[in-house]
Amino acid sequence: MNTPDLECRDLVKDFDDFRAVDHVSFDVPQGSFFSILGPSGCGKTTLLRMIAGFQEPSAGDLLIKGRSMVGVPPNKRPVSMVFQHLALFPTMNIGDNVGFGLRQRGVGRSEIKDRMEQVLARVGLPGVSGRRVDQLSGGQKQRVAIARCMVLEPDVLLLDEPLGALDLKLREHMKIELKSLQAEFNTTFVYITHDQSEALVMSDNIAVMNHGRFEQIGSPHDVYYNPATAFVAGFVGEANRFEGRVVEASDGILSVETTGGARLRVTVPENGLASGQRVQVYLRPEAIALSKSAPAADPNANDGQGIVESVLFNGANSMVILRDATSGATLSVTLPQTGAFAGLSKGDTVFTRWTADQARSYPLAEA
Amino acid sequence: MRSDHQKLGFYLLIAPLLLWLVLLILLPHLGLFIVSISEKVGVREYETGFGNYAAFFSEPLYWRTFARTAIMSILATALTLILGFPIAYYIAKLTRGRTKTTLFMMCLIPFWVSELVRTFGWMILLRETGVFSQTLQYLGLTAGPIEFLYNDAAIMVGLVYTSILFMIVPLVTTLDSLDDSLVEAGYDLGGNGYSILREIVIPHAMPGIVSGCIVVFMLSLGNYLTPILLGGKDSLWFTGMIYSQFITRFNWELGSAFGFLLLALSSAVVFIGLKLSRQSLSETMGR
Repeated sequence: MNTPDLECRDLVKDFDDFRAVDHVSFDVPQGSFFSILGPSGCGKTTLLRMIAGFQEPSAGDLLIKGRSMVGVPPNKRPVSMVFQHLALFPTMNIGDNVGFGLRQRGVGRSEIKDRMEQVLARVGLPGVSGRRVDQLSGGQKQRVAIARCMVLEPDVLLLDEPLGALDLKLREHMKIELKSLQAEFNTTFVYITHDQSEALVMSDNIAVMNHGRFEQIGSPHDVYYNPATAFVAGFVGEANRFEGRVVEASDGILSVETTGGARLRVTVPENGLASGQRVQVYLRPEAIALSKSAPAADPNANDGQGIVESVLFNGANSMVILRDATSGATLSVTLPQTGAFAGLSKGDTVFTRWTADQARSYPLAEA
Repeated sequence: MRSDHQKLGFYLLIAPLLLWLVLLILLPHLGLFIVSISEKVGVREYETGFGNYAAFFSEPLYWRTFARTAIMSILATALTLILGFPIAYYIAKLTRGRTKTTLFMMCLIPFWVSELVRTFGWMILLRETGVFSQTLQYLGLTAGPIEFLYNDAAIMVGLVYTSILFMIVPLVTTLDSLDDSLVEAGYDLGGNGYSILREIVIPHAMPGIVSGCIVVFMLSLGNYLTPILLGGKDSLWFTGMIYSQFITRFNWELGSAFGFLLLALSSAVVFIGLKLSRQSLSETMGR
C-alpha cells in the first residue's frame, strides 16, 4: 500500500469563538481528484488554507507523502494553490507569472524558459508567455493559474473554487478541462466548492462538509445515491423532504405517517428505525414516475395523485410542482423528456408512483 | 439658443481653472522670466541678456548651494520613502477597521499645527539647552551640553518629518489595493519575504512610490522654513538664497533667474525619476 499523497488526522481549527474545522480525518491517494463540498461557512476554505500552510491547525496532524507538515511554512510545502480569484500577478507578464516559482528555487534562466514554455503548451496555451495578464480571457487565465502551479511539480494541487467567477457555459467547459488536465498531469487535486455539479462531475471522491465536520466521504455515485446523513441527502442534488413518524416497521419496510397525513412505505435504513420514532424522508424528483391514468395497483409502491401547481421549464431539467391530493404536501417531480407530458399545465391531475427503495429516511431529533 | 446656453455653462465652469492658471501661474512666471533676462546696466537702464544666469554659474557659492539643495532633497526623499513604506504597509495591510483609522489619524494630527510651530518643537528638543541634551546630561552620558541643532542632520530630520505624511498617504492608498491573495500566492509558490517585496509588493506600489517621491521631493526642494530654522546660518538652502536676492539684496533680476533654475532642476529630477522607474506622470498622478 502506497502512502497517500495527503493525510489529515483529526484536524481541528479553533478560532476565538468557534470551531471552524472539527476533527476531520481523510486521506487522498496519489493521482486522484478529491473534492470537498459544502455550503459557504462550513469550514472548507479554512481546511484548504491549513493544507496550504496559511493557517496552523489547533490540533491533529497533516501529512503530505507521509511527512508531517505541521509548523512548515507555506513556501516550504510541496503543495501549490489555485486561488479563488486566481491571484495572477498583474505586474508581470504570463511567462514571468509561470516562472515565478522556479525563480524562487534558483533555477537557471534558460531552464525556466524551457519549462515555462513546456507547461504552457501542456495546458494548451503555447506562445502566450509575452502577453499581459489582462489580455487573456477568463478560461485562459484559469489555465495559466494551473500552469503556474504545475510547473513546480507539486505533490498536491489545491483549488479554491476557481470556477466561481466564470459564466455558466465556460464553467461547464472548464469542468471537463480541469478533469482532463488532472489526468494529464496525474497530480493529486484537492478541490473545494459549494457547487455540487462541479464536485460530482470531476471528482474521484467527494467529502461533504457541514459545520466543520465531514458528513460523508465517498464516490460521487455513493454520495448521490446513498447519502449517509440527512444533510448530504438534502445538500447534494434535489430532494423532496417529508417529516413524519414511524407507525410500523416490518419486513424491511417502514410505514411512515407524514405530518400531512399521508402514508409512505420506505425501505428501512441500515441503522434501523423503531416504531414511533420521528423521521425525515428524502425522495429524489427523478425517482418519481408520472402517469396520466391510474397505474395498476402495486402493494410495494407509493401511489398518489396530484394537481399541477406549476411547471418550471428549464430544458432538460424541467420540473413540475404537484400538490398531493390527499396530504396537501408539495412534491417536485422531474418532467420526463419523452414528450408525453409536453402539454402539462397548471390544474391538470397526474398520478405519481415511487417504490420504497428509492427514498432515504433518517431519524429526526425530537422537536 | 440651447447650444449658446451650453457654451456659457462650459465657460463658466472652466473660468476658475483658467483664472487660476493664467493669473497665478502663467503671468507670474512670464513676468519673472522677463525680469530674469534683464540685465541692469545703469540706474533704471536694462538690457536683455542671460547675464543673470551666467552670474549663477560663475559664482561657486550659488551653484554649490544649488547642488547641495538638490542632493539633500533627494536624500530626504529616499529617507522618507524608507521610513514611510513600513508605516504605510503596516497601516494598509496589517491593521483593519478602527485601528487603521486611528493610526492614519495619528499620522495626520501633527499637520493640524502650523509648520512653524512644529519646527519650533524640534528646536525645543534639539537645542543646546533642549530636552535631548539635558536628558543625556542627566543620565551622565555626556559631561557638557550638546548642540544638536544647526547642522545638516537636523535639517534632514526636519525635512523628513514635515513631508512624511505626503509619502504615507499615496503609499497607503496603493498598498490598500494590493490583493492579499497575491502575497499569499507568492508564498505558496515558494517566495520568501524579500522576493515577494521585490517582485510583487513594490511593483504594485510603484505608482504610489513615485507620486509620493515627487511630492516629497518638491516639498523639500521648495522648503524655506525648516532649513533656515534648523540649519542655522551655516547651512545654506537655495530657497534662502532666492529670498535674500529678492528681499535683502533687492536684486530681483538674479532672484528671478534663481527661481527659474530651481524650476528647471525640479522638472529635470522628476523627469529622470519617472524615466528610471518606468512610470508616466499621468499614470502616477491620475490615480
